[in-house]
Amino acid sequence: MADRNTVDLGTGSDDVQLRFRNDEQAGIAAVTVDSFLDQPDAEAVRVEPGDDARDLLPHLSRLRLVEVNFPSFGDGRGYSAARLLREHGYTGELRAVGDVLIDQLRYMRRCGFDAFAPDAPLDEADAAAALERFDHVYQPAADAAVPIWSLRHG
Amino acid sequence: MYQYDQYDQAMVDARVEEFRDQCHRRLEGKLTEDQFKPLRLQNGLYLQLHAYMLRVAIPYGTLSGTQMHALADIADKYDRGYGHFTTRQNIQYNWIKLEDCGDILADLAKVEMHAIQTSGNCIRNISSDQYAGAAADEVVDPRPYAELLRQWSSFHPEFAHLPRKFKICVIASEKDRAAMRLHDIGINIVKNDEGTLGAAFYVGGGMGRTPMIAPLIREFVPLDQMVTFCEAALRVYNRYGRRDNKYKARIKILVHEMGADEYTRQVEEEFAHLLEQGVEPPTAELDRIRSFFQPPEFVAGLPAKADRSDPDFALWIDRNCSPHKVAGYVSAAISLKPVGGIPGDASAQQMHLMADLAKEYSFDECRVTHAQNIILPHVEIGRLYELWQKLDEADLGTANLDNIGDIIACPGLDYCSLANARSIPVSQKISERFAANGKGELLGELKLKISGCINACGHHHAGHIGILGVDRKGVENYQLLLGGSEAEDVSLAKITGPGFNEDGIVDAVETVADLYLERREDGERFLDTYRRLGMDPFKEALYG
Ligand code: HEM
Ligand code: SF4
Repeated sequence: MADRNTVDLGTGSDDVQLRFRNDEQAGIAAVTVDSFLDQPDAEAVRVEPGDDARDLLPHLSRLRLVEVNFPSFGDGRGYSAARLLREHGYTGELRAVGDVLIDQLRYMRRCGFDAFAPDAPLDEADAAAALERFDHVYQPAADAAVPIWSLRHG
Repeated sequence: MYQYDQYDQAMVDARVEEFRDQCHRRLEGKLTEDQFKPLRLQNGLYLQLHAYMLRVAIPYGTLSGTQMHALADIADKYDRGYGHFTTRQNIQYNWIKLEDCGDILADLAKVEMHAIQTSGNCIRNISSDQYAGAAADEVVDPRPYAELLRQWSSFHPEFAHLPRKFKICVIASEKDRAAMRLHDIGINIVKNDEGTLGAAFYVGGGMGRTPMIAPLIREFVPLDQMVTFCEAALRVYNRYGRRDNKYKARIKILVHEMGADEYTRQVEEEFAHLLEQGVEPPTAELDRIRSFFQPPEFVAGLPAKADRSDPDFALWIDRNCSPHKVAGYVSAAISLKPVGGIPGDASAQQMHLMADLAKEYSFDECRVTHAQNIILPHVEIGRLYELWQKLDEADLGTANLDNIGDIIACPGLDYCSLANARSIPVSQKISERFAANGKGELLGELKLKISGCINACGHHHAGHIGILGVDRKGVENYQLLLGGSEAEDVSLAKITGPGFNEDGIVDAVETVADLYLERREDGERFLDTYRRLGMDPFKEALYG
């Protein structure tokens, strides 16, 4: 567990509105990347847009929760952070928090996010429609979607 | 030409539904204007001075006759009977109603077209050489590679919220007809010493307020790793491109501030990692795409010369036709720059005619150029005269390709909310002046480019002569620039000195043109004379 003295930055588990995992939601608070690197027993971290997600790569095995903050939906650095973590083998919960909106959900899912804690709750019907709208994808990413070129050539 | 299969069609159809739903949610108040803006932008919809503007993608500038007809129909049905062909080989409609947009996108989808990512901070339409597949000097047709990148970049989940817009250009010859090195990524398909094709990558070019020529960052990327290399180049940009200042957010600033060497090192590192991730489409996919770009059924043994007895026609051939890789054919340019016209504008009638002529004379294909003209890529030399007569009747037969009358101009203050000054009236005056005094033809190749503000949509940095509209104490004022080029001899133009008013800038252009006529040596273009003489004599002539 995180040091009691560290500021608890993480969204409480109650704020998670959408989750696409079967495991139990980890009831742990995320700390800043700097704190995480200082605390050998920390299991949850919160990545801000300016953080370098690569700093986490040596510690993936002890991580159970990574929150990636989107202070503003137009700042797309979190998409690269998420994909990098997945490409390097992170399999724990990857939670998008902050200015998370309906029309960005699909891209976030594709980059490996599997939990969402938006600042403002999303209309669930709209969210479901947005996630289901496209049957296909043109490129592989961090999800299981099979790119069109693979469907074309088997 | 590329043709959609059921997957491509499903993607654009889903996009139309998505946009209708987004508009609906906006009207219901579920989306704020700030949240809606990037969504409409990524569907090509801008809010302009007077109305919405819709930008439709024309991938690598290639259109079929059917598609050109559809563009004309949209101009008639939803706009004021006009369209505006742009410097990025797209078309824009200036008088669009938001409530029509879903229907327009649906009409486009029926002819395998869309407005996806034509605006916004994402990867934009991929541009290319307008003579692709026809040019005598090309190594290979660059369009299959552009199509591969079109698909890869469409709805790319990681790169939908980049620091700023991102423009990619693919060419495949030493001659650069597409301003390749003024793109965020410029790719030149080259052949190495072993005769193998690969992609030379230039990254970090651009115009705007801080123009930069893209440095070469990799001489040869094997073609079956090209998408992966793009992905690496974009990822480094997405992670480190500046987001604190919109004016410093383009990749050119990152490459400049980080240094091309360090940027390259990071891209190479990311590239090595991504090669393990399996993001590259298989070569079978490239082969499939290539099969759509097979040469049409050219006829052998056609006449290599036209009857030049009509002098106006002879002039048009010399000015507007370019050599073709197959004997007996040329590529013919339809100038959208009639004397005194609005550069790049075409009426619905003209578009219908161009579509019909493409079908009759050019294997049903036409191209849009970055200089805002239309090309019929494959025309029999023996049929040029009848083609030209039909064009001429419709005010489409102007013989001025790359001449001073072939002006690139942005929409400027007539349409654009960011403008300092009008561009269109200045271009009209210059074109009229040089038609009236007969110097236009005498001057030969002279590329003149006008932007109504520092954003440089009219490529003024790359003009042999550039004009930049500025605001001087509330009055429209024009700076003159000399010595730019977007071609293989790429260079950035320099400001001559104090600006001019609207009539003064037209006189100033004539002054520098006259100096060239006086001082030119054998075979020199305006640009060559300027480079030989330097700025001083031009300054002297302008400011005494
Ligand atoms: C009328 C509405 C338009 C607006 C509001 C607009 C806005 C802008 C802005 C803000 C930039 C600078 C971007 C930057 O440096 O980051 C820019 C660049 C550019 N625009 Fe436009 N533009 C408009 C129309 C056009 C049109 C009609 C064309 C084509 C004819 C065009 C082609 C370009 C090009 C080629 C650039 C330079 C790209 C570069 O910096 O590499 N724009 N535009
Ligand atoms: S250069 Fe300036 S005035 Fe011209 S279209 Fe672009 S933003 Fe508008």
